[in-house]
Amino acid sequence: MSTARPLRIDLQQIADWVRPEGRVLDLGCGDGTLLAYLREFKRCHGYGVEINDDQVAECVRSGINVIQSNLDAGLRMFADAMFDTVVLSQTLQAVHNAESILREMARVARQGVVSFPNFGHWKHAASLLAGRMPVTRDIPFQWYDTPNIHLCTLKDFEDLVAKVGLNITGRALFADGQPIDVLPALRATLAVYRFETR
Amino acid sequence: MDSGTGSVGVVTPQVIRFNSPLKLSSGASIDGYSLMIEAYGKLNVDHTNAVLICHALNASHHVAGVHAEDPSVPGWWDNMVGPGKPVDTDRFFVVGVNNLGSCFGSTGPMSLDPASGRPYGASFPVVTVEDWVNAQVRLADMLGIKRWAAVMGGSLGGMQALSWTIQYPERIAHCVAIASAPKLSAQNIAFNEVARTAIRSDPDFHGGDYYAHATVPKRGLRVARMIGHITYLSGEDMAEKFGRAMREADYQFHYEIEFEVERYLRYQGDKFSEYFDANTYLLITRALDYFDPAKELGGDLVAALAPARAKFLIGAFTTDWRFPPARSREIVEALIDNGRDVAYAEIDAPHGHDAFLLDDPRYHRVVKAYFDNIAREISR
Repeated sequence: MSTARPLRIDLQQIADWVRPEGRVLDLGCGDGTLLAYLREFKRCHGYGVEINDDQVAECVRSGINVIQSNLDAGLRMFADAMFDTVVLSQTLQAVHNAESILREMARVARQGVVSFPNFGHWKHAASLLAGRMPVTRDIPFQWYDTPNIHLCTLKDFEDLVAKVGLNITGRALFADGQPIDVLPALRATLAVYRFETR
Repeated sequence: MDSGTGSVGVVTPQVIRFNSPLKLSSGASIDGYSLMIEAYGKLNVDHTNAVLICHALNASHHVAGVHAEDPSVPGWWDNMVGPGKPVDTDRFFVVGVNNLGSCFGSTGPMSLDPASGRPYGASFPVVTVEDWVNAQVRLADMLGIKRWAAVMGGSLGGMQALSWTIQYPERIAHCVAIASAPKLSAQNIAFNEVARTAIRSDPDFHGGDYYAHATVPKRGLRVARMIGHITYLSGEDMAEKFGRAMREADYQFHYEIEFEVERYLRYQGDKFSEYFDANTYLLITRALDYFDPAKELGGDLVAALAPARAKFLIGAFTTDWRFPPARSREIVEALIDNGRDVAYAEIDAPHGHDAFLLDDPRYHRVVKAYFDNIAREISR
């Protein structure tokens, strides 16, 4: 299959962190873009978990191993340490229990990669100071109609990772598709973290 | 044949005769036997586009299209198989087969036993899913098909597809098992036993040799079908279809039909008892009961599926309480543990077990997507 179009920037960062020929689990895998890329360019063998009917059909059409399930039930289907890398891209903020998802990720794989929108971006703070929940390109939802129930900042996430007992081994921050180095906690719209079980 | 209408059009079944003995799981063997088949579409030059469709309890080789003598009755999976349909006969050569022991022209209890010159009746050997697959392999040999692009079925048909991947891993590229299970539960077996008891206690059953008495245990068959039918529908589907709708405005205080659901069940039971053979009902429900590929391995389904090399599409319906999604997930988990390629679709359809025969668009889309990918693999 053809994956000529460039990956979303967080997916590209995730792909770069995945070991060639590794076993990969992608939680909330969408239409299977990342798994197809990893299959084609890094010869990985992977599975994806996805709940949405349309996305599942797209995965199936691309020959992706997709398991239609919510994340809680989906993760139970995988044995301990089955994977080299487990991925959760732009999904953490929408899960009911972020802590238990992180623990489950650490159970099924040695290495985890998580990407999420940074709620600590200065525009969000400015919006809150002006008395409104922020609605931005990266979090484009009204407060009353949003899949995002667990938004967090970089520090919040790092605290949770430490609480779960995981080691952060990589962090990449982006805004407008570009890496951010200066004042990342305020300027990054998108964060990608890599962690390992201790 | 029609083309481009979505139907394979008028089809003619064929009888395929096998003269060498087939050894059965029970230890018995059948000296020679016939299988009824239908085929749609064209086998490609390399013989790589063949799809076998396996039927469940009461269906047959007549999967798609219509018979000239009965043009109002399409095949049982006509919504799935045809030009432009999920299993697209413009791309695939599709074979439907009536299993050994069934009653639609393949050798079964109604057939004449060459040894006695009388119908087999009660003496027809008990057959298993594995025996069916062994018979289907010979059919594949005869058709010149070394490896099926896919073997596909729903319910008991899915069990045959699954068994192919274990018995003949090199001869099946894709397994499509919808609304199936790795083995029956106690509750499943219990429902089968009620059905069998209804048939066997019918005075017209005569221990299975009712052909000689020129009778048919219709009352037993009717009850068997009624109980089966209840398990095929979801509670919510029944509530929506019938609710407590009544024939008359008020209670009539008798035991004839009062409620629409009673009328429906009686109608289904009557219809079924006109065309289905009672011995076949016993035989096929028993094959269902016996299917348990992990049995020899201490119940270890992961080990049972270890020989499989196929890729899999497993599908289940949320309201199916006969073979609920949890049963399909057992298969999926065992496949993942073996590192096999598997896609699992859990379709939120209201129609219970019967959903696998219906044309829910989400269901058909995912099957079509899967076969699109198979077609792409073949053309590579």
